[in-house]
Amino acid sequence: MPITLKHVNYVYGQDTTTPVHALEDVNLEIRDGEFIGLMGHTGSGKSTLIQHLNGLIRPTSGEILYNGENIYGEGYSLKELRSKVGLVFQYPEHQLFETDVFSDVCFGPKNLKLPKEEVEKRAAEALEMVGLDESYYKLSPFELSGGQKRRVAIAGVLAMQPQVLILDEPTAGLDPVGRDEILGQVRRLHEEKGFTIILVSHSMEDLAVYARRLIVMSKGRVKFDGSPREVFAHFRELEEIGLAAPQVTYIVHALREAGFPIETDLITVREAKEAILKILKDV
Amino acid sequence: METIAVLRRSDSRMKIVRTEQLVYEYQKYDDQGNPSEVTRAIDGVDLQVEQGQFIAVLGHNGSGKSTLAKHLNALLLPSGGTVWVEGKDTALDENLWDVRQTAGMVFQNPDNQIIANVVEEDVGFGPENMGVPTEEIWKRVDDSLKAVGMTAYRYHSPNKLSGGQKQRVAIAGVMAMKPKCIVLDEPTAMLDPNGRGEVIRTVRRLQKEEGITVILITHYMEEVTEADRVFVMDEGKIVMQGTPRQIFARVRELKHYRLDVPQVTELAYELQQAGVKLPDGILETEELVRELCRLR
Repeated sequence: MPITLKHVNYVYGQDTTTPVHALEDVNLEIRDGEFIGLMGHTGSGKSTLIQHLNGLIRPTSGEILYNGENIYGEGYSLKELRSKVGLVFQYPEHQLFETDVFSDVCFGPKNLKLPKEEVEKRAAEALEMVGLDESYYKLSPFELSGGQKRRVAIAGVLAMQPQVLILDEPTAGLDPVGRDEILGQVRRLHEEKGFTIILVSHSMEDLAVYARRLIVMSKGRVKFDGSPREVFAHFRELEEIGLAAPQVTYIVHALREAGFPIETDLITVREAKEAILKILKDV
Repeated sequence: METIAVLRRSDSRMKIVRTEQLVYEYQKYDDQGNPSEVTRAIDGVDLQVEQGQFIAVLGHNGSGKSTLAKHLNALLLPSGGTVWVEGKDTALDENLWDVRQTAGMVFQNPDNQIIANVVEEDVGFGPENMGVPTEEIWKRVDDSLKAVGMTAYRYHSPNKLSGGQKQRVAIAGVMAMKPKCIVLDEPTAMLDPNGRGEVIRTVRRLQKEEGITVILITHYMEEVTEADRVFVMDEGKIVMQGTPRQIFARVRELKHYRLDVPQVTELAYELQQAGVKLPDGILETEELVRELCRLR
C-alpha cells in the first residue's frame, strides 16, 4: 500500500526560544514493492521522517496518507497502521527482553490478541524469513551473535505481518559478514516476499548495491530523490551536505580525468570491473 | 638465570606494549548456575608495539580483538602468559596505576564514557583523580581540548554534541592523563562517516604530532591503510600481520576471516583475477589509476 506525504512539516521546541524545523515541506510518494535507500547526515531529519511514516510522530502541518487514507483522519486506527508499517530501530537487539528467541518474536502478535496457534505460526514464519530455524527457538538471546540477535529483532517486527519494512541502520556495529547477512536477508524479503523496504544507511557502498531509489535528506528537506546512479552523479553536492558517493565512483572519475575513456556513472565494483575490462580488451 | 631475567625485562622495556603467549579464558555457566564449558577468548597472542607507532588490530565480531584491548590497560588480566606495558607486568597490583596511566582507553559507545555536565570538567576528571595540582589540571585540559580540536566547545554540555565530537572529548579526557599510548576499541563503530573521519584524523594527528602510540581496534578497513603495522585476529589468535599493503594483498584470506577490503583494493583484486597485470595490495585510488593508464 502506498504511503504519501504532502507538505509535511515538523517543528519541535516551538514554545522555546530555539524551535527546530526538523522537517520542512516534505513531499514523497512511496509505492508498493519499492526498495528505497534513505540517507542523510546526522541531524538531517531522516530519523524524524521515518517515525512519521507509522504515526509515531505527528506532523506539525501537512498530511500523511496510507493507501489514500489520512492516518490522522477520524476513526483511523494508528495501531493497525503500525502493524502494517514495521519499524526496526537502530540497535534493535537492545529491545530483546524475553528469555528465549521464540517467546521474544511471539510478543508482538500476542499483543494483537490473536489465538495462540496463530501467534506461534506467525513467529515461526517470521523466524524462517530471517533464516533462523527451530534449533534457535529455545536459545537465550545472550547466546546469539550480534547479527543473529538483530535478525531475531527483525523477526519480531515481521511477525506483525507488515507490508512496509523500515530499517534504521540495520548494519551499524556489525562486521562485514554480519552486514552481508542482514542485507541479503532484507533483499530476499523484498524480492521473494514483496515487502516495500526503506533502508536507512550511512554506507554509500551498500546503498549502491541494494537500493533501487535513493532519497537524500538535508536540513529537513528532500535534497535528492532518484535512482542511485542519478543521485551519486551529484557527488560534489553530496559532499557539501556531509555525504559522499561510493569509493568506486571516485575511482572512475579519477580514471576519466587521467584520460582513461571510462563512463563516470558507475557505482558498484562489479560495474567498474566490467567497464575496465572492456576498455582494456578494446585496446 | 638472573641475568636472563634482567635481560628479558630490559628487552620488554624497549616496547611500549608487549604480550607473550597471552591467554584469556572465561567460565560459562549453565541454567542452574553450574560451571559448564570454558571459553578461550585469547589463545597464545604474541604482540610487540614500538613507542610512537600506529597499530591496527582487525577482526570480525567475536574474534577476540576487544578482549585483547582490555588487557592492554589491565581491565582484564591474563589467564596465562604476560602483558607488559612499558615494561611493567599488568598482572601485578603495584603496577596498576602506572599501566593505566601509560595506556589510556577509548571505548565504542560515545554515550557511555562521558560523566560530567560540562566538556572541560569531563576532560579534567582523569587528572583530578590522579591528584594533579589544580593549575596543572587546567593546563592539561587546555592542551587536550586543543589537541582534539574541541576548544570551542569547552563550556558546552556533552549531551548536545555529535557522536564524533563526544568521542573527541573522550580522547581529550584520556590525553589529559598524559598517556604514552592510546588504545581505541572500535571508536567509530557507532558514528556516521563524518564522525568517523573526525575521530580518525584526530588520532592520526596525536600519533604524528605528539608521538602517542595508537592502537586502533576496528573492522573498518579504510581506517587502517595508513597504519605502520596491521594485525588480524581470528578465534583469539593473530592470524595475519604486516604492513597494510602486505595484508591487503591477501584479499581471499581476509574474506575468509570475515573481513572486507576497501573498494579500490577489491576492484584491483577482481581485475587481477580477470588477468589484468596489476601489483598486489593496491591501497590508493591514484595508484590504481596510474597502473591502469600504463596498461592502455
